[in-house]
Amino acid sequence: MNRGFMIEFRLDIRSGVAPYLQLVQQVRQALRLGLLRHGDQLPTVKEVVAMVAINPNTVLKAYRELEREGLVSARPGVGTFVTSSLAPVSPAAHGPLRQDLRRWLAKARRAGLDDDSIEALFQATFRAASQQDIA
Amino acid sequence: MLWLSWRQFRAQALVGAAVLAVAAVALGLAGASLAHLYAVAGVPGCQAAGGCARALRLFSASTDGAASVHVLELAATAMSVVPGLVGVFWGAPLVARELETGTHRLAWTQSVTRARWLAVKLVLVGLAGVVLTGLLSLMVTAWSSPLNQLNLDRFAYGPFGEQGIVPAGYAAFGFVLGVTAGLLIRRTLPAMAATLLVFTAIRMGFTYGARRLLMAPLRVTGPLNLQNLGLAISNHHKLTLYASGGHRGAWIYSVQVLTPAGRPYVSGPAPRSCTGGDFRTCLQAISQLHLRQIVTFQPASRFWAFQWYETGLFILAAVALAAACVWWIRRRMN
Amino acid sequence: MTAVLQAAGLGKRYRRQWALADCTLEVPGGYVTGLVGPNGAGKTTLLHLAVGLLEPTAGTITVLGGAAAAGPAQLARVGFVAQDTPVYVHLSVAEHLRLGARLNPGWDAALASARIDQLGLDPAKRAGKLSGGQRAQLALTLALAKRPELLILDEPVASLDPLARREFLQHLMEATAEHGLSVVLSSHVVADLERVCDYLVVLTGAHVQVTGETEDLLAQHHLVTGPRRDPAALPGDWQVITASHTDRQSTLVIRTAGPVLDPAWTVSPLSLEDLVLAYLSQAASPARDRALLRLGA
Repeated sequence: MNRGFMIEFRLDIRSGVAPYLQLVQQVRQALRLGLLRHGDQLPTVKEVVAMVAINPNTVLKAYRELEREGLVSARPGVGTFVTSSLAPVSPAAHGPLRQDLRRWLAKARRAGLDDDSIEALFQATFRAASQQDIA
Repeated sequence: MLWLSWRQFRAQALVGAAVLAVAAVALGLAGASLAHLYAVAGVPGCQAAGGCARALRLFSASTDGAASVHVLELAATAMSVVPGLVGVFWGAPLVARELETGTHRLAWTQSVTRARWLAVKLVLVGLAGVVLTGLLSLMVTAWSSPLNQLNLDRFAYGPFGEQGIVPAGYAAFGFVLGVTAGLLIRRTLPAMAATLLVFTAIRMGFTYGARRLLMAPLRVTGPLNLQNLGLAISNHHKLTLYASGGHRGAWIYSVQVLTPAGRPYVSGPAPRSCTGGDFRTCLQAISQLHLRQIVTFQPASRFWAFQWYETGLFILAAVALAAACVWWIRRRMN
Repeated sequence: MTAVLQAAGLGKRYRRQWALADCTLEVPGGYVTGLVGPNGAGKTTLLHLAVGLLEPTAGTITVLGGAAAAGPAQLARVGFVAQDTPVYVHLSVAEHLRLGARLNPGWDAALASARIDQLGLDPAKRAGKLSGGQRAQLALTLALAKRPELLILDEPVASLDPLARREFLQHLMEATAEHGLSVVLSSHVVADLERVCDYLVVLTGAHVQVTGETEDLLAQHHLVTGPRRDPAALPGDWQVITASHTDRQSTLVIRTAGPVLDPAWTVSPLSLEDLVLAYLSQAASPARDRALLRLGA
């Protein structure tokens, strides 16, 4: 089977995001960037833990979640393969988003928030939203 | 488990083998030389030829200062130390080193129980110690046997433990004693020291205290034996006698000198010929006193019985102590 | 899920000091369980009781359904890597493998030599000449090649440099994935455990403080800050682990099953290390405090 791109996982303990979610996000990111394509095989559980020194159950959980989202499919005895791709965010989409963000930042500054408060607010909202996406 | 025990014991075994090899060569040469002197002096077959006294005198003279005798006597003295060395260097570190370095945490978490681990090591190294000591002792005894004709002291306290089979028995016991010390003390050097002390104490205690109890001694009454008689004359012409009792090659417990009437003779007036005269006439004069003696002794013929009893006791003690060690390591450690 | 380790009222006393007291827990199979706590908390004692190197003073311990180290069959099912990975310094790597082969009926020689090759260890090299990381890997190989059902490791990475530490954990996880092992490992370095353990036992001051799946524990414990509140005024389903108050503000580490809905409280994420520290300060009485500080907790 064509291996294609060998995704390299990283784990950031301090990020506050559950490990298995970090793996899920990294797969999604690779899909979005077009690095992982339809038919590519994800590394085996054994390969992932040998790379990243995390619990095998974490990888299993991440792969199950990706399968639940319909992004990958597990074939027993063979491996886990990418079954769909995520619409890449075209550079064109970035422009309007960036403008919206600049406007929001200006608003926040006018409301009296300093840099740290802005960042804290963003992180908390972002995290809560990510959790909700999964739930 | 056999492989591991052997592999861990390998270096010590090589030392033992080297010692055995060197001893075999040295003692073999000395023994051959001694046997040659023995034959030249005409001692073999001297009884059939009519008298051994002259042959033995010749032999004694020829061995005076001989190198072979020095070597064999040195070996005999070394034999008194070998069992203790086996205990200190082969016994004490057996368990203590594992406990000290923590390797027991590796050894006891394989698929072998502690009891089996210890039992195999005890048997392998213990047997090796006994065999080594036994072979050395055999060589010394066999090649020194001509000297026994001269010295006749093999039943004495020191020499008894240096020849025959008892050293092997001591080695077995010393070894297990060392293992016990290592098991209880858990540190190699203190265990070695403790083994040395306790082993020496037990050996001394047995030699000077218990050995005489193994068999009831003979008590023989008879006329005072004038061989090897020691005497002292005080300024007041008082004669004190030190009787050896005769009984060649025997282990004399005590000799009591009696007057002809049967009362203990402590000291008496010295005969005139003993003061400033020739020794032989003095002896003749003493023999005229018709003194008697009671000798309490073990006859020379019992030498080997004593060897077997003592060896047996030490081996029994070794086995009992070994069983206690296995019980201890199973039940009571930690 | 069957439990691989069960303790009921387990205790171990040395002379007058209880190294472990009143320990009751059930470690489930199929997990990588972390035994976390400061030095001197009783981790090594608990693990030594599990592998039969120690006898309990009180209570019982059951490993894989049987008594600890009850016989050759039981010994074969549990692999153990002791603290500071003791090896026979005069024996070579190959001889250590031979030791494993001779002393373990279930020895997998192919696995052992494959691992040694993969690790790049020279079979003829004496174990005493290996680096700390290599010795740890050798000890791990010995424990894995006997094909145990349960693998117990006592502070396996404590004395290793960061690279060796990472490599060790990588190999351990790889083996866990490959053979479906249950693993129990102890450490006083919480960061190591956070990435690797999905079940936790927190041990401080010779007592078990809390056990549970890592994810659940992290989800249920929160650091909350808010205006000064009386302890009695706190919600009933909150279990307060630590609390500190100024005259205006209260900062608490709490355990609760549900979410914190009261907007007066600011909820901050709690790392595993913070969680352990919270239990540490909860458990510490003044005397123990000093003892733990002395031991470098």
